[in-house]
Amino acid sequence: MAHIQVPEGIPGIRSLVMFRPETGKPLYELAQVLLRGESPIPAAERELIAAYVSSRNHCIFCMNSHAAASRCLYGDRASLVNEVLRDAGQAFITDKLKSLLHIAGKVQVLGLEVKPEDIAAARDQGASDREIHDTVLIAAAFCMFNRYVDGLASWTPEDPLAYEDMGKRMAEYGYVLPVKQP
Amino acid sequence: MPYIDIQNDLPGIRGLMAFSPHTAEPMGLLANALLHHSDGLLAAERELIAAHVSYLNDCFYCQHSHAEIACYYLDGDRQLVDQVRTGDDQAAISPKLKALLRVAAKVQQGGKAVQPADIELSRKEGATDKEIHDTVLIAAAFCMFNRYVDGLGATTPADLGSYPPRAKQVAENGYGPHIFSTSQPAGPSVKPL
Repeated sequence: MAHIQVPEGIPGIRSLVMFRPETGKPLYELAQVLLRGESPIPAAERELIAAYVSSRNHCIFCMNSHAAASRCLYGDRASLVNEVLRDAGQAFITDKLKSLLHIAGKVQVLGLEVKPEDIAAARDQGASDREIHDTVLIAAAFCMFNRYVDGLASWTPEDPLAYEDMGKRMAEYGYVLPVKQP
Repeated sequence: MPYIDIQNDLPGIRGLMAFSPHTAEPMGLLANALLHHSDGLLAAERELIAAHVSYLNDCFYCQHSHAEIACYYLDGDRQLVDQVRTGDDQAAISPKLKALLRVAAKVQQGGKAVQPADIELSRKEGATDKEIHDTVLIAAAFCMFNRYVDGLGATTPADLGSYPPRAKQVAENGYGPHIFSTSQPAGPSVKPL
């Protein structure tokens, strides 16, 4: 049960933003601009960075939902999402994405963990300033979303099917603030 | 110098936001909804939570920026602000705020570190669900802001005297694009700590 009285039967962050729409609105706008807005990083990869950071933060709700969204957006390459979550170093992805995931992993630990050599390694693989910026901010934002969801112990569904549906909705519609049904 | 070319020389998160205004917009709205009002928790209490979490995350720019804003609201009581920022148990603050700061410190470690006992203690000291919610989200949000600032190596002014004019600007006008799109506040240089 959640630590505070949020609407029942609503999973994860959705129940929290229904409880407090004043903060929910900018949170959903941030998710939308980071994961669907303008960026040189494809949406499937941005969702993958989100799932990867959430996995490192042991946030089951965010990891499963963003992994599901990433799979939908990757289409026939969906299997690489699990590869990355299992072992990013061995996954069949570009070296550039590997170097960005490495930076995201450092951000997950702490901002000060990101060193000039991590940035230089990403640049060597062709990453631009904008790609590095977006990676750091997505990773940082999921250090917030993950703590928000788990810090208030919101409901984490156990049924994998629930996440498949969520992933489809996220891939199709993006991040739309849910409203409490009267 | 930041790790990326942000094409400006603004300090801390201001420089990053100027580089990326489309992501800065919801971040500014979030900061305002979390910090710039006293509905439930007081604005000073909100800034103190932000300063303490930023201290725990070792983010120099954020801990001093938000400590200065708290200081502005608390009539310059820098000693109290520094006690709270650094987690000194002797700080003369309410038991409720102490209990909430404890929740915030747990959130800084990780969401799952927050235990039912931490929440119960806050409730016992009079915290409402909304106050517990805001505490958790402020702490979580600073786990983002701090990582954004340090993860990109944002410019961090070492001169603590440069923080009060920016703090005054935010306390009086709130957060938002104006902190990077208008000219930077400069005030009479306040003696560094």
